[in-house]
Amino acid sequence: MKESKLRSLITKCKKYGFLFTELVKRDFKKKYKRTYLGMLWSILSPLLTLLVMRVVFGQFFGKAVEHYIIYLFCGNIIFSYFSDATSGGMGSLLANADIFTKINIPKYLFLFSRNISSLINFGLTFAVFLIFCIIDGITFTFAFFLLIIPIVCLIFFNIGAGLVLSALFVLFRDLQYLWSVFTTLLMYASAIFYTVDGYSPLMQRLFLCNPIYVYIKYFRIIVIDNAIPSIQFNLLAIGYAALAFVIGIFVYKKLNHKFLYYV
Amino acid sequence: MEQIKENSEPIISLENVSIRYFTGDFKEIGIKEFLIRKLTGNYKIREFYADKNITFSINRGDMLGIIGTNGAGKSTLLKAIAGIMVPTEGTVRVSGKIAALLELASGFDDELTVRENTYLRGAMLGYTKRFMNDTYESIIDFAGLREHQDRAFKHLSSGMKSRLAFSIASLVNPDILILDEVLAVGDGAFREKSEAKMKSIIGGGATTILVSHSIPQVRSMCNKILWLDHGSQIAFGDDVQGICDAYENFLKTT
Repeated sequence: MKESKLRSLITKCKKYGFLFTELVKRDFKKKYKRTYLGMLWSILSPLLTLLVMRVVFGQFFGKAVEHYIIYLFCGNIIFSYFSDATSGGMGSLLANADIFTKINIPKYLFLFSRNISSLINFGLTFAVFLIFCIIDGITFTFAFFLLIIPIVCLIFFNIGAGLVLSALFVLFRDLQYLWSVFTTLLMYASAIFYTVDGYSPLMQRLFLCNPIYVYIKYFRIIVIDNAIPSIQFNLLAIGYAALAFVIGIFVYKKLNHKFLYYV
Repeated sequence: MEQIKENSEPIISLENVSIRYFTGDFKEIGIKEFLIRKLTGNYKIREFYADKNITFSINRGDMLGIIGTNGAGKSTLLKAIAGIMVPTEGTVRVSGKIAALLELASGFDDELTVRENTYLRGAMLGYTKRFMNDTYESIIDFAGLREHQDRAFKHLSSGMKSRLAFSIASLVNPDILILDEVLAVGDGAFREKSEAKMKSIIGGGATTILVSHSIPQVRSMCNKILWLDHGSQIAFGDDVQGICDAYENFLKTT
């Protein structure tokens, strides 16, 4: 039973593999509009954010935090990957309504391909991040390979959140405004440019309720503290991703056949 | 009954298929409005059946014409057959690869080139990459868009867009071809070419479903016919001429 399920999954992957790569290509081309500057811009834009944050907040936190620029960068790349993947993924179903009302294809492919282009973007800034680490005199250890854990968690987390958001966005078109307000609030709650050291232990624990903060902290533990996160911390990170992913699949499956009534 | 046994297994069979549609307040209202209306009891959904108790089956090589006035539920029924919609009640059984040509020219991406759109559409219709590499040239030639293949799709005329869509979908030799008013694509020359192409697909043993408002076309091409009115099945059978006559009388009297 399990084997046949696996086999049907493989044939499905083969069947839709070509479509998926074509969708990724499309999203990529549209995003960068076939210009070299477009690609450059996706690196430049986080760097400019970084620069502004460094100038504005460096005065307050720069002296207390070691490697403050890297501290900021950790927060920025993770948060912008999250917000780009979710806010972009939110519209991915509705934007392709013209297609899935005419042709029978799995609708989640649109979300996945949108997530891939966010991931590529993240990969570009991650490369720049590593260069910054070298410049700032961070020592590279084997622990750096563990960064794959928060990254993979984040991929699943973003897809899960995207499944929920894109499904709800078909139903409620004002969701994008609420979501942009929410992400702004979440940004301030993710300790991107400040440290949580000044808060009481209870408050510091409350920060762990924010999955994005957990992933940012994971990065910082490895890159700045040169340490390895505890088992509990790993479980928390993986747990958030699994939870988001399962909820995403549940909501998507529940609403999957209803989309047609709304577009 | 005996006649059915004689023929091969039906390639498409619908049994008591009903499709319910929702309309009303829920579209395009936001979360705030939704909550307010829910609380005040003002939230109303109107449901209606786009199709009700449709039952028919067709065999390999049949050409089914579906006729009916606007809003008869033809397009919704095609969506159920193509697997885009799930019927509320009843079952749809389809065996074979479907190429559905529903509102052809939509769903292309304006920003991409003709070549990129061709590959993308091919992928959506379930073709493999190798198949697309092999047939790309003939698709472009059939559509007559060789000089335009690297232009952005938005620069094409609407006739060119339909021609491309038709060429991509029809060059696969599908088992089942679903056509929603597409015979009217392109100029006279292309129309002839596309009709010839369709005839060769049908001649090759494909099963075809054609939705058309052109009764002469249905008369000349179809061997089975389904007449829908306001979601109900008025008639189904192989007496194409008889049902067409009845339909034309019906149109005159209303």
